[in-house]
Amino acid sequence: MLNIKELLDKVKASPYREIVIHAPHTGVVEFGGLSKGDMVHGRDGDYKEKPGTLLANLTREKNKKPITAPEKGEIESVRTELEGKFVEAGEPLVTIKHFMTRKEVIELILQEALYLFRAPERAKYYFVPEVDQKLKVSGKRSVKVVEGMELMIVSRMKRETPLAYSGPDGIIYSVYFGRGENVDEGEPLIGICPEDQLTVIQDVVARIQSEWEEE
Amino acid sequence: MDAERRIQNLNDRLKYIRDIFGQKENDNIRLLAAKLSEVVAREHDLPGGVLAEELARLEDLFDFSERKLDLSLSPMDLVRIVRHPQRICLKDILENVYDNYTEIGGRGEFNIDPSMLIARAIFTRRVGEKVINQMVMVIGQEKGHGESYRNGGSVKPWGNAKALHYMKVAETENIPVHTFVFTPGAYPIEDWPGAAQQIARNLYELAALRAPVISVFSEGGSGGAEAVGLGDRRIMLSHGYYSVISPEGAAAIEGGLRGGTRATPELIEKCATQLCITAEDNLRNGYIDKILQEPPLGARPNHYDFFRELRRELIQATNEAVSEVKSMKLYRAMAVRARKSDDAESIFMRWTLSKSALKRLVDLRQRKYRAMSRHARLDGTGVMKRAVAATKETISAVHSYFRYDLLGRQKKRLDVIFEELGAEAHLVRHKLLMPLKRTIDKILPGNNGVEEKKGDAVRDKLTRLSCPEDGACLVGSEWAWTSPRSQQDRTVSCPNVRTHHCPDLWVPDLFGDFAGVCPSCGHHFPMEYRWYLENVFDYKESKEFNSQIESINPLGYEQFDLKLDKAKEKTGLKSACITFETAIDGVDTTVAVLCAPFRGGSVGAAEGEKFIRAAERAGRKRQPFIAYVHGTAGIRIQEGVNGVIQMPRCTIAVRRYIDAGGLYLVLYDTNSYAGPVASFLGCSPYQFAVQSSNIGFAGPGVITETTGIAVAPDYHSAYHALSRGHIHGIWDRREAKKNLHQALLTMGGRNLYYR
Repeated sequence: MLNIKELLDKVKASPYREIVIHAPHTGVVEFGGLSKGDMVHGRDGDYKEKPGTLLANLTREKNKKPITAPEKGEIESVRTELEGKFVEAGEPLVTIKHFMTRKEVIELILQEALYLFRAPERAKYYFVPEVDQKLKVSGKRSVKVVEGMELMIVSRMKRETPLAYSGPDGIIYSVYFGRGENVDEGEPLIGICPEDQLTVIQDVVARIQSEWEEE
Repeated sequence: MDAERRIQNLNDRLKYIRDIFGQKENDNIRLLAAKLSEVVAREHDLPGGVLAEELARLEDLFDFSERKLDLSLSPMDLVRIVRHPQRICLKDILENVYDNYTEIGGRGEFNIDPSMLIARAIFTRRVGEKVINQMVMVIGQEKGHGESYRNGGSVKPWGNAKALHYMKVAETENIPVHTFVFTPGAYPIEDWPGAAQQIARNLYELAALRAPVISVFSEGGSGGAEAVGLGDRRIMLSHGYYSVISPEGAAAIEGGLRGGTRATPELIEKCATQLCITAEDNLRNGYIDKILQEPPLGARPNHYDFFRELRRELIQATNEAVSEVKSMKLYRAMAVRARKSDDAESIFMRWTLSKSALKRLVDLRQRKYRAMSRHARLDGTGVMKRAVAATKETISAVHSYFRYDLLGRQKKRLDVIFEELGAEAHLVRHKLLMPLKRTIDKILPGNNGVEEKKGDAVRDKLTRLSCPEDGACLVGSEWAWTSPRSQQDRTVSCPNVRTHHCPDLWVPDLFGDFAGVCPSCGHHFPMEYRWYLENVFDYKESKEFNSQIESINPLGYEQFDLKLDKAKEKTGLKSACITFETAIDGVDTTVAVLCAPFRGGSVGAAEGEKFIRAAERAGRKRQPFIAYVHGTAGIRIQEGVNGVIQMPRCTIAVRRYIDAGGLYLVLYDTNSYAGPVASFLGCSPYQFAVQSSNIGFAGPGVITETTGIAVAPDYHSAYHALSRGHIHGIWDRREAKKNLHQALLTMGGRNLYYR
């Protein structure tokens, strides 16, 4: 039995996620004049058309490209020693402390609490018709899965092969892929929750929904 | 009781005066307020007779002050008068000017667009012994007295479509159209039928509408006004305005303001003055025919004398328009012309017109607009050159007439006969000879199917290693002209990098061989108009004409001379429009180009004139007419109505050209917005766009400001315009020439010289 309370406490103790901004490619870095403790914001606007706060400019081949903040947060550190220097791709430049949103916390807890059935290869995935029907009619929590059950169809290069479920028995709590969407290898497809833990998990989610304060 | 009502009345008048003059304090207003409050304070102490006397004196004072204040009205005050909820609106006019009316195309809120009001109205009057009824179609924007669903007279595209529909109904029924312009501007929405495109369609129809059109202007806000304002007679109310843009809009542009920050009242006031928007300004410039005097501080619904005047003026104007083209008029035409103002009602003239009279009417309307805005441009062509050009024009017109009409038609007829005969002969030959051939083939097999021996040279070329000196490898650029930007040694990022992960592009490649097209996602970077001139239109071989027509600053707009000079110096052009004659893969065409670098490709009097002359030339020479829009920001606001009037003028030219059987094709590039799209570009039956271009009525900022709706960043993209049905295809820049040639061969025009 998983101790969800402990997990929640752990998240509460440090409700942050560190986002490290790496140099996407080589180039000369100029930082945007930010320092530790400054607040930044991510993409914005009704259509996400406004870019986030400028963190740095990276110039390669006289092409100055802005690097903007992907999420809202506080600047944790800036590698000011790199100012005006040439960096390689992948060099960490800025670290942002991102205060997790409600949705992210729920996602984090679920990832810990659920058994994640992962994609064996990059392909499109579909549920087998019976399961699909049941999911549509009675919702996600209505489908029980057992080891060896033929659950999905893997569609790749126009060839469709069945995929059997392997893992602990339980019910489908969440689905992480969309119809006709390519899923990379190793990405979670579905989250399985043991039947006896369902109420506990639902409880925690409800608690986070009501208690978690977003900054 | 009576006294209270009179006091209330005076209070309302004072409030109205304060509304009109806004923040400005005035001795007159202060005096009126003081006197009124004095009387109000003593209201209950005074005996009835004395109070009535006091009130009468006060009313006189109000009358006097209103007349006095009326003389000091600034253009911005006029704008406030026109926008005031107490301003007369179309409903008031229908009630008080016409004798009876029926609203059609919706009623009140239950309407496809409550801001556009259509009605069938009747004038009933007694002339001599007879009572006559005359019917008209009334079309106009309805502001309502502050009714929110009327949208302040800002008409949506479908409202304009409704107006167009009933104009055609009037044409069918052969009755005059009275249009009333009460709009601050059209509602900027792109959904079908499209704000710009619908206005263009309205203008296109009005350009040759076979019915007398009388327009009355109260609030003439740019494109929205033009949608119903192209009339045979244009009457303007003395306190109205007719402008290219709202003074606030002009101030926002002037002040370089973005993102909803408001311009200062002083700047707005200054812009209103500079734009020359008043009735007097417009009459002086020749864009309206008559000013109808309103009561002091503007007409309100209780000014019945004014309605009588308006009625007389409408009858007079309709009579005038009709009498000009009628064949049976005799003495009445003289009487109408004499403008014995009170006589208008006593002259009866049948308003239905014969076919030939309608044709004359349309012709007169087209000439009327053709002659406008001459003062607002500069024609630097010398007298000699002008004479030579005129002679050439005549010669080419005569030549075309002989070549394509007189002889060409006979030749075409002969060709048709020969073609038919040839087809007959082919069939007969086929039927007779085929059996014979088949027999011979059977007897002598192997006669056919012998492959032609390819020359040694060809075989050699195919088998030998490539030799660059023989031209076997691609060397140099396939483009006749490459952008100077391709000389820079640097890279740029594609704007679609977030979604398409395009690699960085090396500038010499991108602006050289790639012709500004991202090889990864197909995004078209904007290219110079020179690129198109040289690579698509063979500018070097072309004949440019009217290059001496020059943009000027007709309104004396502050600092605009300087800006104009800078643009002329930067581009080496005299206006934003280049017109020339060229051959596209052997097909002679007339081309008009709107160049974005010259004041944003905005259209003023010079550009309009050049465009019209190009259309006329194409018509004379029976050539296809291509408008390549490298980019246009709209009508040049600094020219005021001189710019707006180019919308009907150019549309009329296009209409004449298309009616004469030409092919008018528009190709949009980069950004094309506002007035030109809402008139002479949007009315083309064949409109195409270069990829990654934007086409629309108002930019995203203006849309958000006027409608409060934030639109997606790609709201105006060519693909959206295509799916909304505004354009008919999207072309790759590198294939523009090929596509143009194909279009010339496959589209439009019975009267093209090569048809």
